Amino acid sequence: MQLREILGKYPKTEDYLIEILLDYQKTKIHHYLSEEELKEIAEHLNISESKVSSVMTFYTLFSMKPKGQYVIQICHDVPCYVNDQNSILKTLTNLLNIQVGETTEDKMFTLEYTSCLGACDKAPAMRIGEKTFTALTPNKVKAILAEYRGKKHA
Amino acid sequence: MLEKKMLTKRFGIVNPLSIKDYIDNGGYISLRKALTMEKITIIDEIENSKLRGRGGAGFPVHIKMLSLAKEVSDVKYLVNNADEGEPGNFKDRALLENDPHLTIEGMIISAYASGATKGYIYIRGEYNRAISIMKWAVDQARDMGYLGENILDSGFDFDIEVRTGAGAYVVGEEFALLESIEGKAGRTRVKPPFPTERGLFGKPTLINNVETFCNLPFIIEMSGKSFAKIGTPSSTGTKLISLSGNINNPGVYEVPFGVTLRDVIDTLGGGVPESRKLKMVQLGGACGPIIPEFMLDLKIDYDRFEDFESKTGAGAIIVMDDRHNLFEVLLRIVEFFGHESCGKCTPCREGHIQLEYLVKKFLYNESTPKDLFSLESLARVMHQTSLCGLGQSSPISLISTLGYFRDEYHNRIEFAGKE
Amino acid sequence: MVKIKINNKEVNVKTNTTILDAAKENGIDVPTLCYYPDLHINSDCRICSVEVEGSKNLLTACSTPVKEGMVIRTNSSKVLNARKTITELILANHDTNCTACVKNMKCELQSLANQLGIDENRFPSVLKQQDVDDQNPSIYRNPNRCIKCGRCVDVCKDVEGTHVLETMFRGHDVQVTPKYGKFLSDEDCTFCGQCSSVCPVAAITEKDDSIRVLDALNNPDIHVIVQVAPSIRVSIGEEFGELSGGEWTGKLVTALRSLGFDKVFDTDFTADLTIIEEGHELLHRVQTGGKLPMMTSCCPGWINYAEQKYPEMLEHLSTCKSPQQMFGSLAKTYYAQSEKLDPKNVYVVSIMPCTAKKYEAAREEMQVHENIPDVDAVLTTRELGKMIRQMGINFKELPNDEFDNPFGITTGAAAIFGATGGVMEAALRTVSEVVNKEPLESLDFKDVRGMQGIKEAEVELGGAKVRVAVAHTLKHAKQLTDQIKEGTSPYAFIEVMTCPGGCIGGGGQPYGTTNEKRQERINATYQLDSEMPLRKSHENPYITEIYEKFLKEPLGELSHTYLHTHYKPRGKLK
Repeated sequence: MQLREILGKYPKTEDYLIEILLDYQKTKIHHYLSEEELKEIAEHLNISESKVSSVMTFYTLFSMKPKGQYVIQICHDVPCYVNDQNSILKTLTNLLNIQVGETTEDKMFTLEYTSCLGACDKAPAMRIGEKTFTALTPNKVKAILAEYRGKKHA
Repeated sequence: MLEKKMLTKRFGIVNPLSIKDYIDNGGYISLRKALTMEKITIIDEIENSKLRGRGGAGFPVHIKMLSLAKEVSDVKYLVNNADEGEPGNFKDRALLENDPHLTIEGMIISAYASGATKGYIYIRGEYNRAISIMKWAVDQARDMGYLGENILDSGFDFDIEVRTGAGAYVVGEEFALLESIEGKAGRTRVKPPFPTERGLFGKPTLINNVETFCNLPFIIEMSGKSFAKIGTPSSTGTKLISLSGNINNPGVYEVPFGVTLRDVIDTLGGGVPESRKLKMVQLGGACGPIIPEFMLDLKIDYDRFEDFESKTGAGAIIVMDDRHNLFEVLLRIVEFFGHESCGKCTPCREGHIQLEYLVKKFLYNESTPKDLFSLESLARVMHQTSLCGLGQSSPISLISTLGYFRDEYHNRIEFAGKE
Repeated sequence: MVKIKINNKEVNVKTNTTILDAAKENGIDVPTLCYYPDLHINSDCRICSVEVEGSKNLLTACSTPVKEGMVIRTNSSKVLNARKTITELILANHDTNCTACVKNMKCELQSLANQLGIDENRFPSVLKQQDVDDQNPSIYRNPNRCIKCGRCVDVCKDVEGTHVLETMFRGHDVQVTPKYGKFLSDEDCTFCGQCSSVCPVAAITEKDDSIRVLDALNNPDIHVIVQVAPSIRVSIGEEFGELSGGEWTGKLVTALRSLGFDKVFDTDFTADLTIIEEGHELLHRVQTGGKLPMMTSCCPGWINYAEQKYPEMLEHLSTCKSPQQMFGSLAKTYYAQSEKLDPKNVYVVSIMPCTAKKYEAAREEMQVHENIPDVDAVLTTRELGKMIRQMGINFKELPNDEFDNPFGITTGAAAIFGATGGVMEAALRTVSEVVNKEPLESLDFKDVRGMQGIKEAEVELGGAKVRVAVAHTLKHAKQLTDQIKEGTSPYAFIEVMTCPGGCIGGGGQPYGTTNEKRQERINATYQLDSEMPLRKSHENPYITEIYEKFLKEPLGELSHTYLHTHYKPRGKLK
């Protein structure tokens, strides 16, 4: 979707900044917004770019750097930790051959930590895009990754 | 019967996407009743119910409502805090995803009684499913005349907008949340003035947690006095517990106040798996105390919990078995808060990285008696001087272990440098 | 009134006072760090934490109002320990190479650490080195010293409305920077330097030009002259621990001579000249249907702002150079010729209350001879104070002296140039008499004086009523400029100064500039004016002489070459 269309969906007041940024970033394959786009949003809402910058750099769901097509976020908090999140993390870093914070060479996956996904009763959990995966085991992770890799070739 | 299903009674029975299901199962009847009542009578009922906020602080709900009602302003806001980011908590998600209209109904009753003109439900960005369900539910409620102008021909106007977070735990703090709705970075404001005086967009604002709003329809339905009979004298009603960690049956449980932690963990949760030993339990979430097994007879009750600075309101119980290293757990917690600190006030911004450094010294057997002193002093100063709830409560877990698990610290110091 | 108990003493204080003010009134000093009078109370640093009975946590004195019966302890061991710990935390994330810092002995963090008796830091340094932002002629920003107090953000965003600086990122990664961590030179920064004026440490300071000046002074082949802006004389005393006031002018001249300047001149002279040129420009515009309202152009922060934000409205700006630059071009032409000096060997230093003047002096269009800047170096009041101390000059004991001629005889009209409304008043004194052809009954145009953000006046010029306005701070300037843009401006002439209070509150003035200080400096300014034998620019005999000998006539050809300039849109294209 074009930025203009998204801007048109919201009232032209600055309190919609976060909604607009989230909405527009969702349309991006590599999940990031450029400085030029942010400038256009600032001008549309008649706010300073400094303000947009302070918002962009504050919230973890925003990015100004390109990420992989699929962003894998693994929960890092205590309920997942005590349910062997370490082995899930190890499986992911092995299979993807990247560390947390990195993107695979084919730009397909980025691996990140996330704060609690609210799925502690089915720990350990992770999220790929907007889909949450729970009660993970190394084998389950392998299967999920295989499925996502398949999506690329399909 | 340990469980008392009230707020969760429709879970699995109604289709969350169907307002008809909700209505067929007794939904919105309390709203109809409330709209025929005097506004002050509604607040009186809530006072009689002795309902306290379920988001953390446990503040009496009617006092905030009364403050908002007393404010003279053309616009007053109501905010539903659904920014459930506290690790180990997932009961708000359950409420939103399973019975979305309950909290909406509570909001409308609350708005009517306290004169709010517009409401916001602020849901954390990570809760995609809850966001779409709530947006759908709000639209349905509007279509059916429960929201918008002249609600159910009562002459009362009120509408709700769903707003989304973008990844910031601190936005659960009420002023930070207001900043975020205003489209800003979620950094808290100085109090006073309090939100009921000057809140969202500078207007009087009442903020409550999802679960708090969910209680209102039941209070209207059964009367405040009957509601107050549930639970204990100081903590009335039920509490949703998010039970997780090393436990056989994790999940959301609704219990009346007054049951013990042991009841929840052993009877409802089925105890620790694989007959391991329970080593410690964290209460409330990452910001709560870590207690040893011998304290599990503690009753779930605001006043009892306050004795050791815990947050009953959130209602998380994270069980950890004897495989886990205390310092590894503390490191996770400290790192979490360091990452989530907004960076506005000094103790919180600069303190966590130093706590992290000190906890690592204990974890890696490099600690000295001086480190124990520094750790203790720093944690207390952060707790006493931070600007908002995040920095004030983040050291609580650490401080609690300095009491209950002090031996582990001393052992580490003793073995420092030795293999 | 409410009754409170503070450190075991029962006192009555006004309702709604903060604990901080209540303590101060009763002789108790509660240390602060992020607090700054006139700015928002952010309560971020938590240094002023005090113990209040009944409160579990400590409360910040700056933000907590007193309540009847409150029992406060400002110096219990719990409080002192908290302050000490917080200060150690700040120091652990701060470049603590204090002896090699421009703010050594002037740093609020340093004195706090000293007051709290910090002799070692329990916490290891966690400072992540960042690049220094020094790619502009005015401001030096060293993020390694920033303590995130937020004062600069407040002045930039709320006082000036420019919003270049902001708090970015979060948690321990918080930075106070232009957007996305860029440099000031990449941004629409006006270089007003208000940020440097309120910074408690040396994270934002002026770019230091004193070394360049010392080099020039030590070069026997160079003729070094200095000009002193109108607002320096009322504030320089503060650099030496004295109150604001005009009585330091004579010592200031002596100090400059002692530093080795060959001539000590007064920018007030070219302020008078500005009035003649600008006054005639206004009349010319009125009479010939030129662009109105005309807006003043003495303030370099404002010029930067106009070029950045209002590229389509630059015709409203007076084409007059500022007094600093008029001085510079005359120094390298008229003065060099009359002294038989090669302009290449004349080095012009200005003492300015302003950091944006450094940028102005560096503009390419400010060169009457190619590749020779008209003004070679600009020093702020603070830099001058530092140089005087460095050179071992005992300022307070100096005898008085007078400015040199020909740029030494000045008027009261020039003296008030540094206060908001001063340029307007000076212009009105001259324009009224020129147009009405009769002496003014009163020279005081009180409507345009004072600290109000926007001031208005109506004057009679040649039988017609003309409305004028004065704005200080860019936030207020924006209001008046937007009015012009919308076509609803009722004014013929508008004065703009970037800094609150005008140049007397400039970004290069002595530290501790508050609205109270600004008012003192303004009072001193008008006091000087009232004591001057001449109070109208057109009565300055040397102004008459320079037109006779050199410039010929106001707005004449030579004026255009030497005293007027042009503007162009600055900053990135949209």
